[in-house]
Amino acid sequence: MNILGKLSWSAIPISEPEDLIASGLMILAAVGVLAWVTAKGRWPYLWQEWLTSVDHKRIGVMYCVLALLMLLRGFTDAIMMRTQQALAAGGAQGYLPPQHYDQIFSAHGTIMIFFMAMPFIIGLMNFAVPLQLGIRDVAFPTLNSVSLGLTASGILLTNVSLVIGEFAKTGWVAYPPLSELRFSPGVGVDYYLWALQISGVGTLLTGINFVTTILKMRAPGMSYMRMPVFCWTALATNLLIVAAFPVLTATFAMLLLDRYLGFHFFTNSGQGNPMMYVNLFWAWGHPEVYILILPAFGIFSEVFATFSGKPLFGYRSMVAATMAICIFSFLVWLHHFFTMGAGADVNGFFGVMTMIIAVPTGVKIFNWLFTMFGGRVRFTVPILWSLGFMVTFVIGGMTGVLLAVPPADFQLHNSLFLVAHFHNVLIGGLFFGVMAGYNYWFPKAFGFTLSERWGKAAFWCWLIGFYVAFMPLYALGLMGMTRRLQHYDNASWQPLLIVAAAGAIIVLCGIICQIVQLVVSIRDREQHRDRTGDPWDGRTLEWATPSPPPTWNFPVLPRVEGKDAFWIQKQHAGGSGAERGEPLRYEPIEMPKNSATGFVTAFFAVVTGFALIWHIWWMALLGVLGAFVTILAFAWRERAEIEIPAAVLERGDRAYRAGLNR
Amino acid sequence: MSVAAIFDESGHPLQDTAGDGPAPKAIVVAYGFWIFLLSDIVMFSAIFATYAVLAHATAGGPSGAQLFNRTRVLVETGCLLLSSYTCGLMSLGVEARHRVATYCAALITFVLGAAFLSVEISEFAGMVARGATPERSAFLSAFFTLVGCHGLHVSFGLIWLVVMMAQVVTKGFREAVVRRLFCFSLFWHALDIIWVGIFTVVYLIGTRS
Amino acid sequence: MSTQTHENSSGSTRGESREALRSGFFVYTVGLILAIILTATSFWAASTPLLWAPGVALGLAVLAVAQMGVHLVFFLHITTGPDNTNNVLALAFGLMIVTLVVAGSLWIMANLNANMMP
Repeated sequence: MNILGKLSWSAIPISEPEDLIASGLMILAAVGVLAWVTAKGRWPYLWQEWLTSVDHKRIGVMYCVLALLMLLRGFTDAIMMRTQQALAAGGAQGYLPPQHYDQIFSAHGTIMIFFMAMPFIIGLMNFAVPLQLGIRDVAFPTLNSVSLGLTASGILLTNVSLVIGEFAKTGWVAYPPLSELRFSPGVGVDYYLWALQISGVGTLLTGINFVTTILKMRAPGMSYMRMPVFCWTALATNLLIVAAFPVLTATFAMLLLDRYLGFHFFTNSGQGNPMMYVNLFWAWGHPEVYILILPAFGIFSEVFATFSGKPLFGYRSMVAATMAICIFSFLVWLHHFFTMGAGADVNGFFGVMTMIIAVPTGVKIFNWLFTMFGGRVRFTVPILWSLGFMVTFVIGGMTGVLLAVPPADFQLHNSLFLVAHFHNVLIGGLFFGVMAGYNYWFPKAFGFTLSERWGKAAFWCWLIGFYVAFMPLYALGLMGMTRRLQHYDNASWQPLLIVAAAGAIIVLCGIICQIVQLVVSIRDREQHRDRTGDPWDGRTLEWATPSPPPTWNFPVLPRVEGKDAFWIQKQHAGGSGAERGEPLRYEPIEMPKNSATGFVTAFFAVVTGFALIWHIWWMALLGVLGAFVTILAFAWRERAEIEIPAAVLERGDRAYRAGLNR
Repeated sequence: MSVAAIFDESGHPLQDTAGDGPAPKAIVVAYGFWIFLLSDIVMFSAIFATYAVLAHATAGGPSGAQLFNRTRVLVETGCLLLSSYTCGLMSLGVEARHRVATYCAALITFVLGAAFLSVEISEFAGMVARGATPERSAFLSAFFTLVGCHGLHVSFGLIWLVVMMAQVVTKGFREAVVRRLFCFSLFWHALDIIWVGIFTVVYLIGTRS
Repeated sequence: MSTQTHENSSGSTRGESREALRSGFFVYTVGLILAIILTATSFWAASTPLLWAPGVALGLAVLAVAQMGVHLVFFLHITTGPDNTNNVLALAFGLMIVTLVVAGSLWIMANLNANMMP
């Protein structure tokens, strides 16, 4: 038995130029960043203030940074696919051989969903929910840090697969029998499975953290019906995470048992049943898309209300619609495999349920429209993203309802129509939502607003680019083109694919605008300082703090008297900041201590994952033992909290109130 | 997060009603662990569902009726149920802050849990010796995974119990230790609940003649 | 579940603590006895020829659910008190998910299997 398992020098792709270039660039970028940090002597700062931080605001920012980086990687995959398909018409083979193209579309889906979308929404929820609830941190701060570490571990493993070995070629859903050992003997599927199992644990822990926080820890006076809608959607999202991710964990565990120990859950032999994987995967998969979209809906609720200068229309129906979506999302999953053998009764039931679930979303759309109606809408960057969402998501939703009709789906399943539909709702819904949230909460996190000009440019590029890239795909789907084609014979498809590639280039311009926006905003940050903590004339409690807030968020927990608690505070103070609820006395508080647990756990997770992928059993055992010792170290630490003296709270608060008066 | 715990007349901490501020830490931790347990139960249900779907996929190999021994299952059930009871007694010992009672109840709980595991391991070993390995058929894969996953949880529980006793020895009945002991007892009782499902579905319904 | 974290050390509450301990012991013991009865009944029902065979599976399921309930109430202290509402709601949500996943999977997979080629 080889001491390094299946690992050997042949794992490094020296004979594959595209792979080599990509790996080289990635390593160069990573090493460059590490070298820059070292040269500036910033490791102590990074370690103390960020890597060992258990502050939900810091953790939220780090999640968003991971998401933005993985957006670049996932988008690179997208551009590669679009250009390949624009070229490979008739007899042409393009520039990506099938074994690469297959890894690219698999990585694109996996990265965009698990390592861009999930971290982004989790990051925004991490940042905003405790502030909106008027509390100091989540229920389990160190566990929060562990969740971040495990997500980062999954990301690292996925990116390592570019350099050492290969990634899955099965698509992001990895159906057996293709993903079984017999048909995918390499390490690609193992990279996929272990990266997602590890980050899946992190996500589940986040779900537990936030459900507990929202249900058990809110500021005094904040009953459920006084919570901001973003917190309601966060609650629904995290309930779905707690309910759905265990199913994914079980499903992947069973596939891993098939691959590693020769079990027969989903194999062709031994009377295994591959369809059970499909069934279980989508029992997770459908709630997952609602996990992705609900926080975006919450962001839009906040943005529409704030920038219309009006309370959100139909708060109760928003809450009801959110919780209805939460429950219904578990009643529709078969619509992802209408064509795979179920009878008309089963297909009919799930088809009808899928149409029904569109109704609460419709309620939300109308509520947002009525929120704007009669208000004075300020066309800031977050509102632009939200308006773009309204149009784009509704179109995507309608194509979804079309696909919900089983006979129609029989024609369109796995065609580019389907691909266009889900990108329509994911980009128009989720991505536009996180962009709105990113622009909206950035000043709170960093103390200065982002450049409006570059933000608007980014928005328009994304909006136009999206339509140019994906509307042709609807047409192509109706013309019969299936998904995941590395090349195709029908030359009449090529013009539309060239248009789609052009759309991807326009989106690339949008991404460049976003990078420029960030750089320019940092350069000009003094001109765009947020000195009052309330740059948008906000309604919810996160705007009742300085920008950025101190670690403890609120020196004294606010007493909440109604919905839009901060708006009420401002009304009582008659618009003047200083009289706004000045506390009578400050008391010392205890805040959770920083901890290396998250970072160290992540390290052992990466070691264990890598070892399991390459069958290096002794290393896997060491990794597990290391994780165990880390838990013991955490369990035996003497002090879990540090005390913040009242004087420090008072000083910070006085400076904040002084800023309000300017 | 220093919100003073408010007690009622009989000394029980007051739960947060709608809007009294963040709940006391003991309640927050207990609720969080309860949510984790529910997620664990959902995971088991996915494996249960798979078992139910594959229960007849014996691929020409042995079926449950040919392999399972109800007497042995009754012994396992008895051990686990009693260990749940002694775990409850341990909780009472913790409540009374009585070290010896806690240690004794924990020891009996551990022994009973270990007994359960040893019977289960011998059952697995016997099956493997007869060629009824998880690689033989989908049914056997599902059986070993469902029952084995439960056994793995029991093993983790035993390790956790030892760690908790070490914590009581070194730190006494500190708040954090008491919270963790409460979480352990929730976990241990939940394992027995899952076992009720397993022995009913796998061993009793699965071996009806 | 009620978290009985008695932080008190005053003598006046010690008597009440003893009461609480005694009632706690009573609760666990009653739970154990009920669970033993239900377990024994299950094992008996599965092996006796006296019951109508097709009904036994349903009966066993009912007994299992009953015993799970006994565990929840007597060991995990899930009650219907007002401070327990969140716990009960969470449990209900979890049970709903479990039911949907198991029942849904069984329905779908049976349907798929039925449509397979003979």
